Amino acid sequence: MGTAVARVRDLVKRFDEGQHPALDMVSMTIETGGVTGLVGPDGAGKTTLVRILAGLMDPSSGILEVMGKEPGKTLEAIGYMPQRFGLYEDLSVIQNLNLYADMRAVAPEEREAVFTQLLDFTDLDRFRQRLAGNLSGGMKQKLGLACALVKTPRLLLLDEPSVGVDPISRRELWAMVQELTGEGIGVLWSTAYLDEAEKCDTVYLLNEGKLLFDGPPKALTGAVEDRVVQVTDYDGTPRRLLTRLLDREDVVDGTIQGSSLRLLLDQPDALEGETGFAKAKVAPRFEDGFIERLGGGPKGTSPLAQAYRSIDAGNRPAIEAHGLTKRFGDFTAASDISFEVPYGSIFGLLGPNGAGKSTTFKMLCGLLTPTEGDGSVAGNNLLSARGRARAALGYMAQKFSLYGDLSVAQNLNFFAGAYGLEKGRARSAIERVTEIFDLGDVMGTNAGGLPLGFKQRLALAAAVLHEPPVLFLDEPTSGVDPVTRREFWTHINGLVEKGVAVLVTTHFMEEAEYCDTITLIYRAKQIANGTPDQLKAEAAQMAGLDRPTMEETFIAMIEASEAKLEAQASRAA
Amino acid sequence: MGRLRAMTIKEFWALMRDPKARITLVVPPLIQLIVFSFAATLEVRNVEIGVLDRSRGVASAEIVSQLAGSPNFKRIVRLSSEEELQEAIDTQEVIAALVFDEAFDRAVASGQPALVGVVLDGRRSNAAQIVGSYLSEIVAAAGAEVSQRQAEPTAISINWFNPNLEFLWFNLPSLIVIVVSIAGLSITAQTVARERELGTFDQLMVTPLTTWQILLGKMIPPFIVGLFNATVFLIAAPLVFNVPFTGSLVLFYLGLSAYLMALIGVGMFVSSLSKTQQQAFLGSFVATIPIVLLSGFASPIENMPDWLQILTYINPARYFMDISIGQFLKAQPVDVLLANLWPLVVIAAVTLSLSGWLFRARME
Repeated sequence: MGTAVARVRDLVKRFDEGQHPALDMVSMTIETGGVTGLVGPDGAGKTTLVRILAGLMDPSSGILEVMGKEPGKTLEAIGYMPQRFGLYEDLSVIQNLNLYADMRAVAPEEREAVFTQLLDFTDLDRFRQRLAGNLSGGMKQKLGLACALVKTPRLLLLDEPSVGVDPISRRELWAMVQELTGEGIGVLWSTAYLDEAEKCDTVYLLNEGKLLFDGPPKALTGAVEDRVVQVTDYDGTPRRLLTRLLDREDVVDGTIQGSSLRLLLDQPDALEGETGFAKAKVAPRFEDGFIERLGGGPKGTSPLAQAYRSIDAGNRPAIEAHGLTKRFGDFTAASDISFEVPYGSIFGLLGPNGAGKSTTFKMLCGLLTPTEGDGSVAGNNLLSARGRARAALGYMAQKFSLYGDLSVAQNLNFFAGAYGLEKGRARSAIERVTEIFDLGDVMGTNAGGLPLGFKQRLALAAAVLHEPPVLFLDEPTSGVDPVTRREFWTHINGLVEKGVAVLVTTHFMEEAEYCDTITLIYRAKQIANGTPDQLKAEAAQMAGLDRPTMEETFIAMIEASEAKLEAQASRAA
Repeated sequence: MGRLRAMTIKEFWALMRDPKARITLVVPPLIQLIVFSFAATLEVRNVEIGVLDRSRGVASAEIVSQLAGSPNFKRIVRLSSEEELQEAIDTQEVIAALVFDEAFDRAVASGQPALVGVVLDGRRSNAAQIVGSYLSEIVAAAGAEVSQRQAEPTAISINWFNPNLEFLWFNLPSLIVIVVSIAGLSITAQTVARERELGTFDQLMVTPLTTWQILLGKMIPPFIVGLFNATVFLIAAPLVFNVPFTGSLVLFYLGLSAYLMALIGVGMFVSSLSKTQQQAFLGSFVATIPIVLLSGFASPIENMPDWLQILTYINPARYFMDISIGQFLKAQPVDVLLANLWPLVVIAAVTLSLSGWLFRARME
């Protein structure tokens, strides 16, 4: 690459004495002419490092140079896009740009040219007068990027620019940043999405404040070359096969990809001679390398599922939605959504932010009353038996939403009580989850102070205390490290095999792969419905792609829907 | 029942374990107790008084010696001329001065109306006014003793229920109202807003708890905290501050319970309206001020303009203020209490149903 614009040596940042440091002996170099990726799960220390580079925070120890000087001395040459609060939501697009131009002392006569170029670049020219608060997540990020670029920086620090952004906008943002590197700007792109790491020129992989890997992404994936296989042509459900294979010593990690499995083996020739399925080598991904550095994924059998009751399926589907529609004033958030989820399966609601998937999800778990249509959960009508419908479901939200000021034990006690478990049953249920999720040592700790992985476990524990036949999951594993995510899905897969029905909303492609059936929601409507493989095949045909990934499928379908809407609009005009 | 218990216990924990909530629990009542019972005194002590005695007679000497004997006055400053008087007031050496003119003693001796001039420092109007009334009492009393021949034309006022006008006797029963109001409102106002802000609201709403279980679970802790605060004051009043409780505890707690319900309804309304704890805090502040100011504590309701007096009829604190002072000082009988109790019950019914309605309406 080019010249180094920032250098960090043996950086340590400690917020509290005695606590695990947020950054522990981290070294990195950011060079011009390429994108440097700062990759890691939530809580790994990414934001801390970015803020130190931006001169907003002092390190506890270590050497740090930005353009040859101390950080904070070269602010005019740094463009910084924070994760949140970067924009003034009550100002319009152009006012935001003007404000940043004022702060960066851009001469008034140069502004129009700069703004035109930036708005053109970010495709926001149509929205000059719109309030920043009314932009979609993707557009906000683009505006944030434009604001960071009002005065061309030499170092551009982007703190999780792709968070909360749908795959299409993510792709566009990436293309924009890529273009900038050609102009001699050093870019630091921090992200929790491991698939983005593969596209970076250099990657620094952080986990719990420690650098696990640095170098070109190929170096990490190269280490697992020849050991990643795809398994197809087997009998039974992918979940059962995955459980069996993960329990083997020679399988390091495994995930479900629609109807096939993707495994990381400890030896290229492991599983040789096993019958009952076909396997083929596939290209490794960054995540495979990461998970190996973390010591591999969890085993396949879920103790939670083993202890769970078997769900008696009955003759009605677990979840039914009939023409669910929700209008807020004259805005239709969800329109005519219908589907059924049988017991023992995972159903995914997929779609970009604001498309209507959360609205649909909330109608089904009783948080919103549908304007039209109805539905049922475990045979209980949402309108006439709301209480019983709620008692039949377990709910886990994307953001940790238990009581942070209450201890783990108090949280569990509350949820046991709220779900009406009487004393003896409550005690045994709490004992069971405490053992399964290894919560014994943290029972007295405030839930808010737990590490992310524990929070995740506690949230699942609280959701399954009453052994519900139906689980509602709202982006359950976004931002967590891959091992925690594997652990979570191992439990979910196990529960599904016991007959539990799972409804999951996500815009996270990895989570989508675990679903038996997916419905894609865009602009309040269901635009596609089917198994992941069916959708991929459909997209392959539609866009002429060869074996598209879930993300490519998603993008192709949304673009097709967009094109159809435009055609309708032009015909109408 | 088990669900309601779980909800209530959780709310108690939320109150005790959230550092912010804990502060609202302890600090405001403490500050109010200190501020209202020690600092906001309505009494004047240790002031200096000037005397310009041009009559130099028996009667004026008697009055001056009475002044000197009063515990309210620290020192008597003898003045010899108008100029000295002006100087003493100007420099705030004295807060007030008595002026006896040459004819004073003769007038007293002959049984004619005798006037004593009082000069007050208007810059310290509140204290000066109180000093002024002390002075006229003493002058009247002394005059009556000195002049045997004339039946004194003074209106001697005896303050029933609080014979010595001890300000604490009035302040403490009122203080109970204020403390209960502020704590009750701020605690209730946080409950729903806290869940909204911290993102636990949806998680709570998907549990099979009914709206009423949730609302009731959120109302019980502030109710109990209110009872607790009032009880602490009830015990401290006679023991620490020597303020007697002359009425019936049963009637007092009856009034308190009705008042707490009305108050919690207001707090829940604010909370259902707020998205963040900060909004709830501001909201409870906005609600607290009129409740306290229009309760009759800061200024008597009879002194307010008519339209404002009408407004005080919807203020629950007005009625409970009457109940609290009545039970403390007047041993208020049941029928008088009932006249204050039924408006409280009506107000509580209105605020509770309004807040329940708002909570449901803002669920989505």
